[in-house]
Amino acid sequence: MELSEHIKTANVEDVTLRRPFHPALRGTLCVTSHHLLFSDRKDEDSWQLLILLRNIDATEKRAVGSSGTITIKCKDLLVLQLEIPGMEECLNIASSIEALSALESVTEMYPFFYRPSHLTLHGPWGLSSTEKYYKQTERLWDRWRVSTVNSDYSVCPSYPHAVIVPREVDDEKLVQSARFRQGGRFPVLSYCHHRNGMVIMRSSQPLTGANRKRCKEDELLLQAVIDGSLLGYIIDLRSTQQAQQARMTGGGFESKSCYSHWKRIHRHHERGKVLQESLIKLVEACSDPSHSVDRWLSKLENSKWLSHVHSALSTAGLVVECVERDGHSVLVHGSEGTDSTLLVSSLAQLILDPASRTLTGFLGLLERDWIQAGHPFQQRCAHSAYSHARLKQECPSFLLLLDCVWQVWRQFPLALEFSEALLLRLAQEVYASNYGTFLCNNEQERCAAGVKENTHCLFQSLLSPDIEEQYLNPLYEPTDLAIWPSVHPQSLQLWTGLFLRWTEYAQNMEEAREEVWSIVKEHRERAGPDRTNNTPSTHCDTLTPFENLMDELTIL
Amino acid sequence: MEHIRMPKVENVWLVDRSSSRRTQVGTLYLTATHTIFVGKGSENRNELWVLHSLVCNVVKHKASQSGYPLLIHCKNFQVIQFIIPQESDCHDVYISLSRLSRPEKYEELYCFSFNPNADKAEREHSWDFLDMKAEYSRMGLPNKQWHVTPINREYRVCDTYPSDLFVPKSVTLPVIVGSSKFRSRGRFPTLSYYCKENHATICRSSQPLSGFSARCLEDEQMLQAIMKSNPGSRFMYVVDTRPKLNAMANRAAGKGYENEDNYCNIKFQFIGIENIHVMRNSLQKLIEVSALRSPTMREFLLGLENSDWLRHIKSIMEAGIFISKAVAEEGVSVLVHCSDGWDRTAQVCSVASVLLDPYYRTLKGLMVLIEKDWVSFGHKFSHRCGHLDGEDKEVSPVIDQFLECVWQFMDQFPCSFEYNEKFLISIHNHVYSCHYGNFICNSQKERKDLCIKEKTHSIWPHLWENKLDFMNPLYKPDQSQNQRLLRPSTAPFCFKYWRRLYNRFDRELHPRQSELDCLMTIKEETQQLEEELAVYEQKLAVLGKERAKTLYMQKGLLDGKQQTLWSLPLDASLVNTPQDYIGGFIGAAPNVFTLQQGERESAEISLLGDKPKCSDADNSDQESGVADFSSHSSGEESLPSEDSVKDPDSDETGPNKA
Repeated sequence: MELSEHIKTANVEDVTLRRPFHPALRGTLCVTSHHLLFSDRKDEDSWQLLILLRNIDATEKRAVGSSGTITIKCKDLLVLQLEIPGMEECLNIASSIEALSALESVTEMYPFFYRPSHLTLHGPWGLSSTEKYYKQTERLWDRWRVSTVNSDYSVCPSYPHAVIVPREVDDEKLVQSARFRQGGRFPVLSYCHHRNGMVIMRSSQPLTGANRKRCKEDELLLQAVIDGSLLGYIIDLRSTQQAQQARMTGGGFESKSCYSHWKRIHRHHERGKVLQESLIKLVEACSDPSHSVDRWLSKLENSKWLSHVHSALSTAGLVVECVERDGHSVLVHGSEGTDSTLLVSSLAQLILDPASRTLTGFLGLLERDWIQAGHPFQQRCAHSAYSHARLKQECPSFLLLLDCVWQVWRQFPLALEFSEALLLRLAQEVYASNYGTFLCNNEQERCAAGVKENTHCLFQSLLSPDIEEQYLNPLYEPTDLAIWPSVHPQSLQLWTGLFLRWTEYAQNMEEAREEVWSIVKEHRERAGPDRTNNTPSTHCDTLTPFENLMDELTIL
Repeated sequence: MEHIRMPKVENVWLVDRSSSRRTQVGTLYLTATHTIFVGKGSENRNELWVLHSLVCNVVKHKASQSGYPLLIHCKNFQVIQFIIPQESDCHDVYISLSRLSRPEKYEELYCFSFNPNADKAEREHSWDFLDMKAEYSRMGLPNKQWHVTPINREYRVCDTYPSDLFVPKSVTLPVIVGSSKFRSRGRFPTLSYYCKENHATICRSSQPLSGFSARCLEDEQMLQAIMKSNPGSRFMYVVDTRPKLNAMANRAAGKGYENEDNYCNIKFQFIGIENIHVMRNSLQKLIEVSALRSPTMREFLLGLENSDWLRHIKSIMEAGIFISKAVAEEGVSVLVHCSDGWDRTAQVCSVASVLLDPYYRTLKGLMVLIEKDWVSFGHKFSHRCGHLDGEDKEVSPVIDQFLECVWQFMDQFPCSFEYNEKFLISIHNHVYSCHYGNFICNSQKERKDLCIKEKTHSIWPHLWENKLDFMNPLYKPDQSQNQRLLRPSTAPFCFKYWRRLYNRFDRELHPRQSELDCLMTIKEETQQLEEELAVYEQKLAVLGKERAKTLYMQKGLLDGKQQTLWSLPLDASLVNTPQDYIGGFIGAAPNVFTLQQGERESAEISLLGDKPKCSDADNSDQESGVADFSSHSSGEESLPSEDSVKDPDSDETGPNKA
């Protein structure tokens, strides 16, 4: 079925648009295969709103006399209202939105049609990769190697084609270890600490099962990781009880007797449905400004979102403590090794590694540790907080990561090279994007769909000189030290920039951000030429979810 | 001095409640004004000074292995725990401190013995720093409608009011006297704020003695005159800031509220702000929450909810918003009262003023506002802050709530305030410290009788001298969000927990880097560079010939500067401070997590708050009356020691250079 067949009414005139903090507007509404376009059709200075249909999480229809109202709730938490004259048009538009916002096939999605004039398709794709990281990290060269055992994705379908493993472990052993781990996610290197050469490994749970199966190769692999040093830590992201229970379903944990040089610590992390419900509750609590303070606090508590932030940061802190302060290598895993495992290991890197606190470094980290490491973005981000659809695989793990990074930035406002704007942009792009970066669930799928060949790379475009500056932190001051965040509840805050993004509150903060820039700019002008002097493009209409470039539209 | 049973105790442990590793041993001294702890170890001189007047209570705990614990809770939310080896010593310190922290006479307060290096003329001058007459004339008073009445010059009509009061010109002396007799404690309606633009006013008073049916013609005339002095409106609001139930209960005692039938053209409005006892209990609960050691998120949020503190803040804020809108948007005058008109009334009037008038969002403006609405109008500082031993039932965080409202506004409008939160915290500290005479006594009359101006110093010039520390770099006086009237949101998620105040001394809870300090440094440097540039431009003009050379120098200078000034006066070693992520795990497996010797030392050094190393990492310790020994012994500069002015050179010796 062609996408256009979903569109019964493409244009409606005299539509009224209501959005937060703006007077209602009248104009023309237009539905295309991938966008909702509203234009107020004034001759001079016409204003347009372009929303990617993928960004729409839920719609609600209501009939008022002969006309209808559609409430559009976006994945970036914006809520809009459209009053459409004519009930039939209204229903048609609503059903188009519903069908087109939930496309299943990856190649039908907008990134495959997005062809802006300033980008070409055949350039290099992405910023970082296993090989690049290996090449950059001299410390690894001696004891570690890049293995391409997974080059055809047969050993582990969710891993990238290349992984870093101990030099002394050959590919055959890796295959054996993979068979002993859920989803084939055998232990691979995620990070090597620049100070002491200690490493952070990640994997999925071992498949010991009820009768305590062992795997010699897996044990050898882990032994090779700590190589001579006395101790390594396994941070198991489940409670002891959960880990025990996992054995009943074929999973399990590394027992002391088999992995004698590894000490296991259990930290309970919520995942999947629980996290998604937590997000839904939080957004629900944020959407009603008429609550009393008491009710708000109890709803905030009840959502548990901040508790999840708290545990993610605490466990990351624990990993950092092991690596940096005590000089031990760490293996992180939960059960599948695709969510909280990635969350904890990448947060730990942000805390430890100055290189991952630069804009390029952070995006590279996300690319290696989330996209290539096989976080199933398509499943996890199919819906956001407003959708009434039955939960399947949705889970805001990545959003939780961004929130944690934001908390670190609040506590170390000078230590990160990138700004809150970057985190907000990523929070938006991960759910709906013009770019192919977050498409599919793993590298194998991306290869099959031809993502690299047929879409543009978000991270590269974020680094293009004309927009890069708005994603930079004007106060950035690199530090080589680890930045240990405080995880006391008193120190953690609600991420207002994201969750209250469409309220007055956020607008005042925006003004403050501009003021910070202008102070820094003035200083740079006076202080001389060794700091760049671009004007930031912070004045683009914040409501337009994506760059509002009309020539990119594929209007039917 | 006779109260000091034990001037010195050796081998006392000072326990750091956030980490047992940072506990240190030293000597405890009791002086007439301070408790002083001097840590042992010659290199790392570490001292803790605590003013007796800041001590809220002293508690002895059950003996532990290492000795007898003594817990000191301070009014600025500092909690200090000593462990004293001998029980008798502990008891003596306990008895002495309990007595010293509860002075019986004003003369025992620190401000009477505090003697900075200032002569008499300077001291007198310090009291002239704020001029109330100038403030009223800034508002546009006196004018055709309003003038100062001499009636209270000798405090005869109302002994808790200031001597100079503004009333409508049309009101005669007998009317004032009559009205004052009909109001609790004689606090008749008088002007608090005048809005030049539309002539609307905020007036304040106490409750009328209306009982169930009593009337007072003069009081009715008074309100009528106030209403008429605002020609733009046909009515005025009378705002009773109490919950309706409380106000009705007061009628039984012959007090109460205005009957709309008896007063022409008033609109009567209740705004339910709870009384001082409810607020005191609420704060107590909040303090308990803030003092929790590594609570879970659930415990913290539920505790916060359960304290009701933010709900009370919201109710005060809403009252202020109502009044500010009535004045600015409707152009209607408002009379505000509660019971006595010195607690909730002061809160609400000053909150409304901050919203209405950008002047009160400047450093000096806030000082003026506190001096006017709180100090001069007889907020009972001595009772509410518990300066003297007496009725605990009178203590209540009334002005604290006002300061917090301002903080909440600052959070919502980051570019609208000239001052930053350090300023509010500093004021909060000094309201309790009794370091200066401003917040002593319960009324202007009492202060006059005690000769406060002759015997003590004023806080305001001192704060003004250190204003660089209190500036908000983001302040934009001419900015769009800084319209005359601020319209804060009262959506529940806008109310935040004020960590910087309630966890002020828990360093590990605060951001390790300060955006504000950084911006301030940048701003100062920009200014400096501009000045230098101007100088060089001048020189250029003069030395036209040597142009090239000068330029070369200028560039060199700028490049050199940048290095030093961009690196911030931060305690960078703190950046590298592990938190307690696993709660006790490390302690349980000591041979596993052995710190490398060097690391441990560096960690401890930075955490023990060694001021000599990072000179302006944090002034807050000093502010609490904890000061540096050296500056005290050198005497003269010991003047409040807090907020010592930054020495830009010290940055280079800061640890982040290392």
